[in-house]
Amino acid sequence: MTKPYNSEARLGKYLVGGPPFLFLLLMFAAPAVITVIASLSYPGEFGGLAPLVARDPGTLHGVTLETYRFFFSDFIYIEIFLKSVLMASATTLFCLSLAYPLALLIARSPKKRRDRLVLLVILPFASNFLIRIYAWMIVLGPQSALSRLINGILSLFGLAPVHLLFSSFAVLIALVYVHLPFMVLPLYTNLEKHDPSLLDAAQDLGANAWQRFWRVTFPLSLPGVFAGTALVFIPALGMFAIPEILGGTGDMLIGNLIKEQFLVTRDWPFGATLSIMLTIAVLMIAWLTAKLGARRYV
Amino acid sequence: MAQLEIKNVTRRFGDFVALDNVSLNIEAGEFFTLLGPSGCGKTTLLRMIAGFDMPDAGQILLDGKDLADIPPEKRPIHTVFQSYALFPHLTVAQNITFSLRMARNALSEVNARLQQSLDQMRLAGQADKYPHELSGGQKQRVALARALINRPRLLLLDESLAALDAKLREEVQVELINLQRDIGITFVFVTHAQTEALALSHRIAVLNHGRLEQVDEPSKLYGFPGNRFVADFIGHINQLEAQVLESVHSHLHLSVAGLGDIIAPPLPGAIPGQRGVFSIRPEQVRIGMHNELAELKNHFSGTIQSVLYQGDVSVYRVGLADGVTVEALLPNSAPGRAQLFEAGDTVKVGWRHDAGMLFHD
Repeated sequence: MTKPYNSEARLGKYLVGGPPFLFLLLMFAAPAVITVIASLSYPGEFGGLAPLVARDPGTLHGVTLETYRFFFSDFIYIEIFLKSVLMASATTLFCLSLAYPLALLIARSPKKRRDRLVLLVILPFASNFLIRIYAWMIVLGPQSALSRLINGILSLFGLAPVHLLFSSFAVLIALVYVHLPFMVLPLYTNLEKHDPSLLDAAQDLGANAWQRFWRVTFPLSLPGVFAGTALVFIPALGMFAIPEILGGTGDMLIGNLIKEQFLVTRDWPFGATLSIMLTIAVLMIAWLTAKLGARRYV
Repeated sequence: MAQLEIKNVTRRFGDFVALDNVSLNIEAGEFFTLLGPSGCGKTTLLRMIAGFDMPDAGQILLDGKDLADIPPEKRPIHTVFQSYALFPHLTVAQNITFSLRMARNALSEVNARLQQSLDQMRLAGQADKYPHELSGGQKQRVALARALINRPRLLLLDESLAALDAKLREEVQVELINLQRDIGITFVFVTHAQTEALALSHRIAVLNHGRLEQVDEPSKLYGFPGNRFVADFIGHINQLEAQVLESVHSHLHLSVAGLGDIIAPPLPGAIPGQRGVFSIRPEQVRIGMHNELAELKNHFSGTIQSVLYQGDVSVYRVGLADGVTVEALLPNSAPGRAQLFEAGDTVKVGWRHDAGMLFHD
């Protein structure tokens, strides 16, 4: 009696779970393996990869750790890595400090208004990502009202004018701008679920507004803080479009370096190595976030 | 001077009057209960005492001092919330010592008081657990310990037993009575459950539609309700349409539809011709098979319509003439017999001439 039911249930499980599993296998696991292999290969003569097994034993072929040695031998690559981590960290911090008050405000506004405010937060997604980045070129350009205002104020104090565009400042401002909703949404989702009677209880027991925030609201929102941090930090670390468009020559980040290896220098093995290094960095950060964000309570 | 004085307090929410000119005095060391159906204003009053809401008119005084300008965090008043509102991210020990830590007490003082509190509330082994790891009864004790640790002048309990199952609730009631007697702190308890109010309180205030109906000791409230609402809300009561035939010093002579004439306790100020409702508790109504009730002044014939067996007691619904029914409550203490009467039995019902009371319209 139970047997046909069981096999039916198993078939159902395969039918439901199979397609996404296959998709991940083909689109995630397989490329990851290919990237690892590419990082261990020699570069091809005209770009691409040299074959692992060559027909003609005279040509370059086989497996090598040369790209990894190269990565660690020159400090400039590690420096770009550190600079990217720094930029992503700054982006995350600015996003957190802007998003927290906003998320709190939305979570504590009347229920009817909340959905409309959340809609406003995600409204920028309605327009194309690149168009929004190019818009910053106009906002930060030398003839823009903002540039003229800042340089006008600087000249009042006898200071030299600054270029806002093509600078680390422009990169940071756009990184924060693009990633802000990814911080607001997990924070809001967390704060919205807080039981208001906990704040009443804290106040009843003598906690002032400052204590109520730091002793109750903030610790309870930590899962949201960690989720938002991961959602902002990880994409910000690998971002290449923003530094490409708004950054100066010295603002190359790890994402740009990888793109360069594949499309300009055509050194695929080194590009693959850099990708793997980035993946390792991201996995470490994700692991750390999960560890720190693990809750001891339900 | 009473410890807590509520003077002519009124609170409106738009057109809705939550509290209508309520005045109450609560004495130090009292277990005082605010009782009423939902929406009667009892929770609004409790929130005003705690400081979460302000009266539109009137005053609330603690030890003679007006509380109007004192925010909740500065009032020596703590609340045990209906859902307990334990902090889920803090351990039992951190929850209990919250108020001491907010007031920046010395660590040695905090730990000493914590130990004392854990012992008193039988939570000794639970100090490092988180609220979600506790049973309902333990959560309730943590909430009590947290609210009592810095010895407030007043403890407010907002439907604090509602979340417990029936068996546990009875145990906790006894614990609560003993605790309040031992520590001597004034308790103000809010509930809609009248049995809970009767069991726990020194005095009960019955509220309805934002108005104070009666303030009295539990036995007075049950035995001598001041009006029809209180009589009906506290316990069960039979209500029969009646008209005064004669009112003298020793008794009332009433005409009750379907029963004829009955003798009832005197009601000062009642005049012949007045209409009202004669009310009598089911446990005051007796049932007999034969003529053993004949010596009672009020006795009638009827038929058992239904029996509600409740274990310790049974509730009998007896049909009298003209479709009038009365309920009688009899203990099932007769040995070897599950119930004394069955549906369809023809019986006599009766009650003493000094039982029941008239509420005139």
